[in-house]
Amino acid sequence: MAKNPKVIELDEVVVKFAGDSGDGMQLTGSQFSDTSAFIGNDLSTFPDYPSEIRAPQGTIAGVSGFQVHIGHKEVQTPGDKADVLVAMNPAALRANMGWLKQGATIIIDLNNFDSKNYEKAGYSDDPLSDGSLEGYNVIKAPITEMTKEAVKEFGFDARTADKTKNQFVAGLLFWLFNRDLRIGEDFLRNKFKSNQLLIDANIKVLREGYYYSETIEAMSTTFLVNPAKLEKGLFRNITGNQAIAWGFLAASEKSGRPLFLGSYPITPASEILQEISGRKNLGAIAFQAEDEIAGICAAVGASFAGNLGVTSTSGPGLALKSEGIGLAVMTELPLVVVDVQRGGPSTGLPTKTEQADLMQVLYGRHGESPVVVLAASTPANCFDYAYRAAKIAIEHMTPVILMSDGYLANGSELWHIPNMADLPDIEVPVVKDNDPSFRPYNRRPDKLARYWAFPGQKGLRHRVGGLEKADVTGEVSHDPLNHQIMVKLRQAKLNKVADYIPEQEVIGDPSGELLVIGWGGTFGALVTAVEELREEGRSISLAQFNYINPLPANTGEVLKNFRKKIVCELNLGQFAAYLRSSHQGHEFIQYNKVQGLPFMITELKMKFNEILDNL
Amino acid sequence: MAENEINTVEGLTRQDFKLSDPVKWCAGCGGHAVLSTVQAVLPEIGVEKEKIVFVSGIGCSSRFPYYINTYGFHSLHGRGAAIASGIKLANPELNVWLVTGDGDLMAIGGNHFIHLLRRNIDLNILLFNNKIYGLTKGQYSPTTPQGSITKTSPEGTVENPFNPGELVLGAQGTFFARVVDTEPRMMKEVLIHAAQHTGTSVVEVLQNCVIFNNKVHAEITGKEVKDENQIHLRHGEPMIFGKNSDRGLIMKDLRLQVVRIGENGVTEKDLLVHNVHDPEGTIHYMLTRMSLPEYPIAMGVIRDCESTAYENLLYEQVRQAKGKSKIKTVEDLLHSGNVFEVKDEEPSDI
Repeated sequence: MAKNPKVIELDEVVVKFAGDSGDGMQLTGSQFSDTSAFIGNDLSTFPDYPSEIRAPQGTIAGVSGFQVHIGHKEVQTPGDKADVLVAMNPAALRANMGWLKQGATIIIDLNNFDSKNYEKAGYSDDPLSDGSLEGYNVIKAPITEMTKEAVKEFGFDARTADKTKNQFVAGLLFWLFNRDLRIGEDFLRNKFKSNQLLIDANIKVLREGYYYSETIEAMSTTFLVNPAKLEKGLFRNITGNQAIAWGFLAASEKSGRPLFLGSYPITPASEILQEISGRKNLGAIAFQAEDEIAGICAAVGASFAGNLGVTSTSGPGLALKSEGIGLAVMTELPLVVVDVQRGGPSTGLPTKTEQADLMQVLYGRHGESPVVVLAASTPANCFDYAYRAAKIAIEHMTPVILMSDGYLANGSELWHIPNMADLPDIEVPVVKDNDPSFRPYNRRPDKLARYWAFPGQKGLRHRVGGLEKADVTGEVSHDPLNHQIMVKLRQAKLNKVADYIPEQEVIGDPSGELLVIGWGGTFGALVTAVEELREEGRSISLAQFNYINPLPANTGEVLKNFRKKIVCELNLGQFAAYLRSSHQGHEFIQYNKVQGLPFMITELKMKFNEILDNL
Repeated sequence: MAENEINTVEGLTRQDFKLSDPVKWCAGCGGHAVLSTVQAVLPEIGVEKEKIVFVSGIGCSSRFPYYINTYGFHSLHGRGAAIASGIKLANPELNVWLVTGDGDLMAIGGNHFIHLLRRNIDLNILLFNNKIYGLTKGQYSPTTPQGSITKTSPEGTVENPFNPGELVLGAQGTFFARVVDTEPRMMKEVLIHAAQHTGTSVVEVLQNCVIFNNKVHAEITGKEVKDENQIHLRHGEPMIFGKNSDRGLIMKDLRLQVVRIGENGVTEKDLLVHNVHDPEGTIHYMLTRMSLPEYPIAMGVIRDCESTAYENLLYEQVRQAKGKSKIKTVEDLLHSGNVFEVKDEEPSDI
């Protein structure tokens, strides 16, 4: 037995799992994060996978990664750089060398480190002996071989046997992080419920990995990340896409309007369609349409028939849905469109994150066509904003576009599960059967929204459509003055939404030297950078926008209290341009990144420091 | 555009489906006859008037919902099939009709059309086929015969036209019928069959466009020629036609052939007997394809076979999922799977 290793207590640790697309790194990553959640660590995860399903084995293009940031302290991002890297082959090592902290621990599968794989990864020398890993704590484990040996007794074919090797990795990490093996074993029992053979085999490999680490001398130091100080209640780990789906299910139950999702598979939004497809037990209907257009049109039809109509997509799909959104604007029906942004234009970077759809979302339709726009800012609050998007769509009888992005969609974090009873009520503006005063375009004065009458209701037969309608009566009208009245009413209806949304919050002091402005999915990096600088005594605050159109009523107030303002976004400055047109007279510095990657905290802090130093 | 009276199915008349607003189709347009026939049919299909919905796309035919007193949705060019699908799936109790034209359904809406047929959602499609773009004033459509001179084919089209029935059969459609706008009796009979069919029904109406394609169907519908150039198919009856009912169809060498009763020893017994319910669609396909001058044009219900509608299968899955699952509410869902509880402010170490 090795001597007892030194245990270092850490506030936070970033672990990156990397291997071939087929190596099961996403699963190992999720297992690690789920068990971290179980022992009470705060956490944030981010998968990083190629757009090819199985790119050539052993190549850089085929490297699939999963990053987990766990903490005893509050964790807001998956972390800039890793403390621990698991590299299943040379390509995984090479692709991640630039993303490691100094002195990081690197665990490699020695069996894959041979000249053939070096060549595939583009190494000219053996990285294990050329000195490039000097200063790192490298653990060379024959993972493939040891796994093969461990599962021999189960008589698996080579493929099935190979698939269990991620549990060897898990075992190594359980030891490295001083975790109770029983938690990992329970995870496996839960995962392979009905297959005792797989449970036994995976548990055996998990233990082998653990005991191997105990035996070898390489790990002289292990880590302990104590549970985070969490408020009381129930928690789970949740991704942005799952949270969006659940937000709609919750809104449907609360409003009593059945959920109808019309959608077409597209990365990185497909999990929303998949999740709702599996929720027939709650009466939800997911209609996988023949294309993006049919997806939104079916949702608009369902909404006309009295359902909560939703469609989910990414940028290229949103482009195809433009005309359908226009129809929902004209017919003034509730509709939620989810845009999970990815790198563009065109097919662009399908699996990478970006925020470059803002102008498309705000303006990408013909005619004067205002829609409400919300943007979620963390994986977990995707639930809240999906719920609020549905609430606004129904109560204000309007299409709402909910913006997410690839980073939120696939990333996960710990979520404090809400009580359904605590969610705000959703008032459905439904007309009573045979109401003699019903006119299709009669509006309620508080919201300027029309009322909802469904086919099947007695005494309310009426017609809607894309042609301009006469005010109040809803007759088809080509009258020039009526058109202007209706255009203005639709805009005024949108503006009214500002009366029903919360004021813009500022994190930090409400006035000061520098205001950092962000929107949507960049929250984690921005808030971490701002809070770290505040701890260093800097006069800096953050305004992260979730309500994009209309903007919160106090936006002008927030802006005027700071000497400098910097708008940070993952595009070339779309929100900055939007603020310049809506709030003239302010000067906005821009910080833009368009690499398909989220912001790094270090780069943000460097930029903010530079501005503050030059004030 | 709302109305406020109460009515049940009993006592429904065509008046219940009329609106006071003017119908804005050209005088002489085939649409008027279809509208009037539909208004006569609706009281006879056993559906409460509030449960009937008319959906359309864009084009002359697609103004239909504005002219009939039901729930209505005039939607986007080509997208009527998708909108109607959403309505029907949201509330399967509704009786949903889609009114569309040759361009709306088979050019811009072609994708939605074939997938609707494949799914077999219980909708009734009225396809106004005038073989021209009317509302945009005279460009060729996907059904315009090759060689036709139109505004966008000044030297004649070089495109092969679609035959709607071929598309229906090719996309596994379960109901196809063809009628002409000038024969309300046949149309009424066919529309009732279409309404009763479970699954997607397609009724092609050979419709005249008095302005841009006048008399396009004249060689089929003209008084002097219609008996010789049309065959009205009825289930269980021999395939017989002609002014003197002396011509018919037989199958020879795997092809349909027109014969004259009394010639070459042919009797009525030799003629094919129409079976609309035959799930094997080969003869229906052949009938659909018949064209002048070799054959008469097949009219009436060509195919009407038993099928299960998409929404019936879908809601059966919903019923079963609700029955089997332990998750009955969203609260149950939120608490399912890997959930852990923090009991104290400072959770104890594990």
